[in-house]
Amino acid sequence: MIGALLARREVGLIVMIALVALVVGLIEPRFLTAETLRIVTLAIPLILVAAMGQMMVILARHVDLSIGAILGFAAIVAGMIFRDMPQLPTIVGVLAAIACGAVLGLANGLVVTTFNLPSIIVTLGTLSLYRGLVFLVSGSRQVDPQFIPRGLISMSQTSPIFGIPWIVLIAFAIALATWAFLGYTRTGRQIYAIGSNPVAAPLRSIRVTPVTLFVFTLSGALAGVAGVMYAARFGYVNPGITGVGFEFIVIAAVVVGGVSINGGVGSVLGVTLGVIFLGMVNVALPILGVSAFWQSAIYGAVILLALVVDRTVRIRGAAALTLSRGTA
Amino acid sequence: MTDASLPAPGVQNAAPARPRWQVLLVRPETGTLLLLVGAIIVAANLSPFFSDLRFILESSTYYMEFGLVALVLTLVIISGEIDLSPAAMMALSACVFASLFQAGLPIGLAMVAGVATGAALGAFNGFLVVVLQLPSIIATIGTLTLFRGLSQVLAGDRSISGFPAWFMGIDWRTVGIVPYPVIGFTLAALALAVLLGMTVWGRQIYQIGVSEIAARHAGVRVRRIKFGLFVAMGVTSALAGLLTASRLASVRYDMATGGELQMVLMVMLGGTYIFGGRGGVLGTFLAAWLLVIIATGMNVANIVVTSQLVVMGLLLIGSIIATNAIYARTQR
Repeated sequence: MIGALLARREVGLIVMIALVALVVGLIEPRFLTAETLRIVTLAIPLILVAAMGQMMVILARHVDLSIGAILGFAAIVAGMIFRDMPQLPTIVGVLAAIACGAVLGLANGLVVTTFNLPSIIVTLGTLSLYRGLVFLVSGSRQVDPQFIPRGLISMSQTSPIFGIPWIVLIAFAIALATWAFLGYTRTGRQIYAIGSNPVAAPLRSIRVTPVTLFVFTLSGALAGVAGVMYAARFGYVNPGITGVGFEFIVIAAVVVGGVSINGGVGSVLGVTLGVIFLGMVNVALPILGVSAFWQSAIYGAVILLALVVDRTVRIRGAAALTLSRGTA
Repeated sequence: MTDASLPAPGVQNAAPARPRWQVLLVRPETGTLLLLVGAIIVAANLSPFFSDLRFILESSTYYMEFGLVALVLTLVIISGEIDLSPAAMMALSACVFASLFQAGLPIGLAMVAGVATGAALGAFNGFLVVVLQLPSIIATIGTLTLFRGLSQVLAGDRSISGFPAWFMGIDWRTVGIVPYPVIGFTLAALALAVLLGMTVWGRQIYQIGVSEIAARHAGVRVRRIKFGLFVAMGVTSALAGLLTASRLASVRYDMATGGELQMVLMVMLGGTYIFGGRGGVLGTFLAAWLLVIIATGMNVANIVVTSQLVVMGLLLIGSIIATNAIYARTQR
């Protein structure tokens, strides 16, 4: 029953994506060209990677508002290593960024689990805290394009196969890994169990605290990966710009992809489609001549719409469940 | 509400009432007051400016705008909900006001339209939470993004100014040495404290926060009160937006960006319980002044604004942990 509902959500998303492509393509035929496809695929990877982390957090019935700041912190650390220690291989900066993300994510998780606090308020605090750290660590100085290694920047330009850039392939590989992890490992299934019913989970001998800590750490690490991708994609890191407001885009993508804000429901395929949908809308707006100022308003509307749909689906699902019980 | 200081009639061998000083000590407002006194002492040692009350009052007007909203937010959080969109409501209603003024509407009418916009935005939040029954914490994240986006659509990236002289610089107008916004904030705090502490309506807000189901069974009009609180949030945010517009003499879409953090911080620092049912306006009032002292102190000590983000974040997390610990000790 729930599987059928989920399938409907993903089918619905595919229909919406096709509709957007068709309508925009009819108005502006240049939307349906390979060039647009390239722009859309380049808009996706950062959001997709961070959305995988946020998705797991929301599945466990939490929210992480600090990922934009974590992205900024990881990106600035990587950029400063590239700038100040150019003799080191690129991979050092990349790993340092991911490690920073993981530590900041773990810190979120520790505060939330130790003191049993609502994660939204805690991460609202760490959002400010981490952004402040970005300014402190960098001395409010931008890392300029000439310091970002060429090899890293070429990740978003060169392609091993079908003209799809490396950065896009890596993002989809991470999504695939998340799918396997959530579907086929014990910890992955436990994340769903915790989100579905946090009270019942420990009764089924799920160790809620370690799993929750793991989820927050993973979300932070993936935001760190997105930070490196930011440097590769945009070629600079600015403490006051990089990652600001990113959390709202990611949350919009996750909830539009069918992840229930009450935890326990959602699929990697849905979130991936949600990310693609937002990416397409973003690229379609300037082509249609709509001002870029509309972007934030659209994210907000998308979040609210997805919440309403989620609630309707849940009420129907609950009604169907009582009905089938009654007849059995 | 159980009150330990009243002996229950007809009960033998009841536990002795806690001494009054203990009851006072575990009240979170007491902590806020102690912090406030401590901050003033530290700040006064940092700089001679601090012995100047006029200087503190002058630098407080920025926080009075957030403080005004935080007072109403206190009631919302006591009722068990939260609103993360007030800073965005400030921006959007100020943008509506400024755009209408620029389009040639008389400024008085434009101000009324700005406040009406705030009421409508608050009602929209209320609709989402009360009628559609979405969790307020996530629904208002959606409206935060939406309202901020709409302000951007309305005002673009220009700043709207050219207001008449009487509208601008409300923070420089004073009674004695007290600026208007400080007076407004203080009066609002008094009014809300009376409302919350001494009226049926106020006690019902606590009742809703303690147990919404019990409140409903007791005949409290839960939905009506919650809706009203969200509308009040919108109206107050719009007023705060107008105050900001007057202080800055211009309106931009990014007005009060990140202000939701400061507002939630004031409520949490004031000892209101994040899960609802406990807290008060007095704590928020003190916490607003605590933030004024801390922020001004950091400015005087030449700590850059960007590092102040670190302090604000740490304060927010620290204050929820502390408040939670206090309530966990007194709750059985």
